[in-house]
Order: sequence, then structure tokens, then C-alpha cells
Amino acid sequence: MVVFDRPHSLIDVPLHYCPGCTHGIVHRLVAETIDELGIEGKTIGIAPVGCSVMAYDYFNCDMIEAAHGRAPAVATGVKRANPENIVFTYQGDGDLASIGMAETVHAAARNENITVIFINNAIYGMTGGQMAPTSLPGQVTQTSPYGRDTKACGFPIKVCEMLKELDGAEYIERVAVNNVKNVKNAKKAIKKAFENQINNKGFSLIEVISSCPTNWGLTPQNALKWIDEKMIPYYPLGVYKDRSKDKE
Amino acid sequence: MQNKVLMKGNEAIAEAAIIAGCRHYFGYPITPQTEVAAYMAKKMPKIGGTFLQAESEIAAINMVYGVASAGLRVMTSSSSPGISLKSEGLSYLAGADLPAFVVNVQRGGPGLGGIQPSQSDYFQATKGGGHGDYRMIVLAPASVEEMASLTVKGFELADKYRMTSMILADGTMGQMMEPVDLENLKVSKAPEKPWATTGTKMQRKHNIINSLYLKPEELEKGNIERYERYKIVEENEAMYEEYLMDDAEICVVAFGIAARVSKNAINEARSRGIKVGLIRPITLWPFPKAPFDKAKEHIKTFISTELSMGQMIEDVKLATDCKANYVLCNRVGGMIPSPEEVLEQIIKQNGGNK
Repeated sequence: MVVFDRPHSLIDVPLHYCPGCTHGIVHRLVAETIDELGIEGKTIGIAPVGCSVMAYDYFNCDMIEAAHGRAPAVATGVKRANPENIVFTYQGDGDLASIGMAETVHAAARNENITVIFINNAIYGMTGGQMAPTSLPGQVTQTSPYGRDTKACGFPIKVCEMLKELDGAEYIERVAVNNVKNVKNAKKAIKKAFENQINNKGFSLIEVISSCPTNWGLTPQNALKWIDEKMIPYYPLGVYKDRSKDKE
Repeated sequence: MQNKVLMKGNEAIAEAAIIAGCRHYFGYPITPQTEVAAYMAKKMPKIGGTFLQAESEIAAINMVYGVASAGLRVMTSSSSPGISLKSEGLSYLAGADLPAFVVNVQRGGPGLGGIQPSQSDYFQATKGGGHGDYRMIVLAPASVEEMASLTVKGFELADKYRMTSMILADGTMGQMMEPVDLENLKVSKAPEKPWATTGTKMQRKHNIINSLYLKPEELEKGNIERYERYKIVEENEAMYEEYLMDDAEICVVAFGIAARVSKNAINEARSRGIKVGLIRPITLWPFPKAPFDKAKEHIKTFISTELSMGQMIEDVKLATDCKANYVLCNRVGGMIPSPEEVLEQIIKQNGGNK
């Protein structure tokens, strides 16, 4: 009897992510969801530019690599071309909340029937740890070496809080993957975000608070602790918008 | 004759695109191509198609990238500053070998420029625009009829070579009205696209649409293969019109509205006994070599008539080994040379003999 196995929609190759990075966990949650919903054969994933740029080599479904920040626009095209496809984007904080902010906001405003998985680890990982739109006040990065000075470079962008104000968006939730309880919640949220699309509900975005031990300069264990101590207080977890609940 | 309808050039493009099987249009408002979007906004919902006004030109070209990935005929249209914004996407489309159709109804530049006709995006269209080694098929209509026929051709060539094809029109072509026969437009069936990302249906390995190759050997290989394809395009798809070239000693080279103006000037010059002809490139890339191979044997002077500071003239020189005299006859910033101005230049090059 198999009690634990690799999801079919996740290809059996070594991932390039750093030790302790939570991308692997989120990939698995997305893949488990695709398997459980039986949608691998009609799912199209859109990879971003950033650490998860090579996600197209990891998911077994058809995959598209988008230009930096443009995944929601590409997803819009794919979904409008074949509405029977299930289309998801997988984007980091630089991709989604900085260069691709317009595409994100407008896809949400149009209630585009897509699923967005948003990895917030408060840093640009792939390019070596620069300040992200979600880097915390005071956070030391390569491009904020004295700590993020909010006088000079402003405050972090709280994506869920912002998008929940849009009439268009269907479902907005923030989760984390730094302990078993949070991972279980994250799985539930991701599954709901895909189910919403299957049921033609529209735009669902799940923000996943993630770790980047390499660029945070922490051990994997301490990085998970840092999520509890620093990230979650600034980015509270929870459902920010659920239109199905509004209607009840 | 009774099949002809009077249409604006921009509307002819939109209707021809629908005839070519395009059911997805993405755009962002900009003068002077607005009629394309307006036409699509009216028509697409009635035929089960998609018209979507994107949040920016950047989003629009990436929506095009999405539909092209799904293997369907798709287009966007814009004007010069908007094409600059789309250029990122044009590079990605080329890198991912996706077929797409793009319209540029040019206005004067650089910067915000003006809204009057121009041909000053010639370099941008034929030499790049976006980053990296790539080409687009560039089509230059000189009538409303050609706005329609080259649109159909553009979709077909894009599919055939997995490239972007671009209509490079000027504001005049977009705005002027002429009779056009749309009923007799011939459209070939789109080829099979086994590479498209439409879902594996659990029956094949996953398809990937991508332009990232971190191993330099692989990236080099892809670029070389792409240029082998471009060579086939150069050999087979160049289009041009020759007018009164057989005995010509002076050759005017012009496309789009500049070619129409030049023809009037050439007719007047001919009536005065001046041996002048016209080469009108219809594809700007590939730039037609054949008429210039012939012309360079007997033409002393080439007059490049352009609505730019002299962009196509470089290709005229290259096509004729820089061995003749080359003269630029141009107006810019939204100004169009008059037939008299072109005639004056022809007379001047004929030794001043009227």
C-alpha cells in the first residue's frame, strides 16, 4: 500500500531550489491539487521570471514561460483561447507585486477566471537577494544594505489587502508554509483556488508566505521561525475575500 | 465591381483579420489606429470572438503571447509609441517561435511625437525593436485593398514560419477610404500546431512554450536554427512592385503612401520624357533583392522617398552594393512629400532638365 508518493503532475527531477527553500513544498501542494482534481490533462501552468522560472520543467502539465511580471496577461490569453483549460500562474513577489503589478490588478479587476499562486518571501532570490516590494521595513538586503528605509523607499505592498477592495476578485487568501498546520491550510486554500476556476467563479489568488534562507542569511530552521516572528505579524494570514461567503 | 465596399484602411485590416480566422484581438487605445479596435469591439462579441481592451500595450502583447501559445490566430494593433511598449513581447514571441500578427499604423516620433502619418518606425520594424537576434516579416500596404490582402497574408506567413508578421502602415493608409473587395479574399487553412499548449489530455509529454536557454550551446543552436528559417523566408517571401523600370535611368524607391505620391511624380516626369521608374517594396523584411539586382545594372541614381530621416535608404544601398548615387527625398514629423517635391528631385537628378 502506498501511503505517500510523488504527485503524478510533478515530474521526477531534482529541483534547483536552495536547501530550506519552501518553493518545493508549494510546488507539491499545487501538484497534489491538480492530481486530486484530475485536471492535469487540461491544465496549463504559467511560470514567472524569478527563482521559479524553471517551474516549466517541474510540472507535468503543459507549461508556458512568461516575460517578467506578465504571467496574468499570458494566462488571460490562454484562458480566453480555450476556456475549458485550467490555467494557473506561479509568481514571486518581484514578478507579481513590482514589475507585474498592473497585470495582477487588472486580471483581478476583470475577474479573469484563473488561479494565481503568489510566493511572498520578501526578497528577489534569483538575482541574489535584492529588496523586493514586500521586503519588511528595516530588512537588510543587497540593495538595502542598511535596512529598508521607509523614508527613502517606501513601505511594503500588502497584496491581499489591496486586491480585496476590487469588486472583480473572487477569492483572496494569505497562507504560510512554515509549519505542518500552516501547510495544511495552504493546501486547502490552493485547492479552493483551483475549484473556483473549475466552477467558473473567477479570479483567485493565494499569497504564500515563504522562506528564503539563502538570501535572508538564516538557517532553514531559523528562516521558518523568522516567518512566525517577522513576516506573519506584518502579513496576517487569513481569507481576505471570498465572494461565495459574501453572498451567503 | 459590385462586390466592392468603401472602407477605411484600419477597418479593412480588422475585417480581413476576421476573414483570416482571427477570433482574438487585444489592444490599447492610441491614435491613429483606433478604428481597428473599435471595429473589433463591435464585431467580435457577435461572432463568438474575444475583444479585450488591455491595461497597457505590454499586457496586450502578452495576451497575444497566451493565445498564440494555445495555437490560435491572434492579433494586436497599435501605433508607434505603443509598438515600443510591445517590443518586449515581440522579442519573447520570436524567442518562443510563436506565430502572431501585429499592426503598426505609424505616427511621427520620436517620443510622443505627433499623430500624423510617418514611416519612421522602419528601423524598429525591420532591424529589431526588441532585444536579441530575431526578425519579423514586415508588410507595407499602399492601398486599402492591400491593407486587407496583406493582413490575410500576414496571418498565413506567421503560421507558416512560426514568426510575428507586422503590417507597417502609416496614418494615411489607416485613415483613408477606398473601395475594397473582401469577398474574394482567399484564406488558406491554418496548419496543425502540435507544439501548442492546449493540455496534454494525458496522451503526450507536456509541451513547453519558452525562450529561456541557460546553456549557451542550446541558445546558440536555437538562434542558428531560427536564422536558417529566416533564410527560407528571404528566398521565398519577398514581394515588390516594379513600375516603368525597364528603360529607367532614375529609380524612385518608396513604400506605402510615399509610393503613391511618387507614382504621380513619375507619371508627370515620364510625360516630360524623363526615364524614371519605381520599385515599391511590399515586404520591407525580407527586403526584396531581385528588382535591385536588375536595377543596379542600369540605374544611375536611386531616390529613396520616405516619411523618415532616411531609414530605408540604407537597405537600398545594401541591395545595390553602394555603387550608384543615392538621394533622400523626405518629409518627417507627420508631413508628406507632395508629388511636386518628388518631381523636383527627379528633375534635379536628371541634370535639371525639365
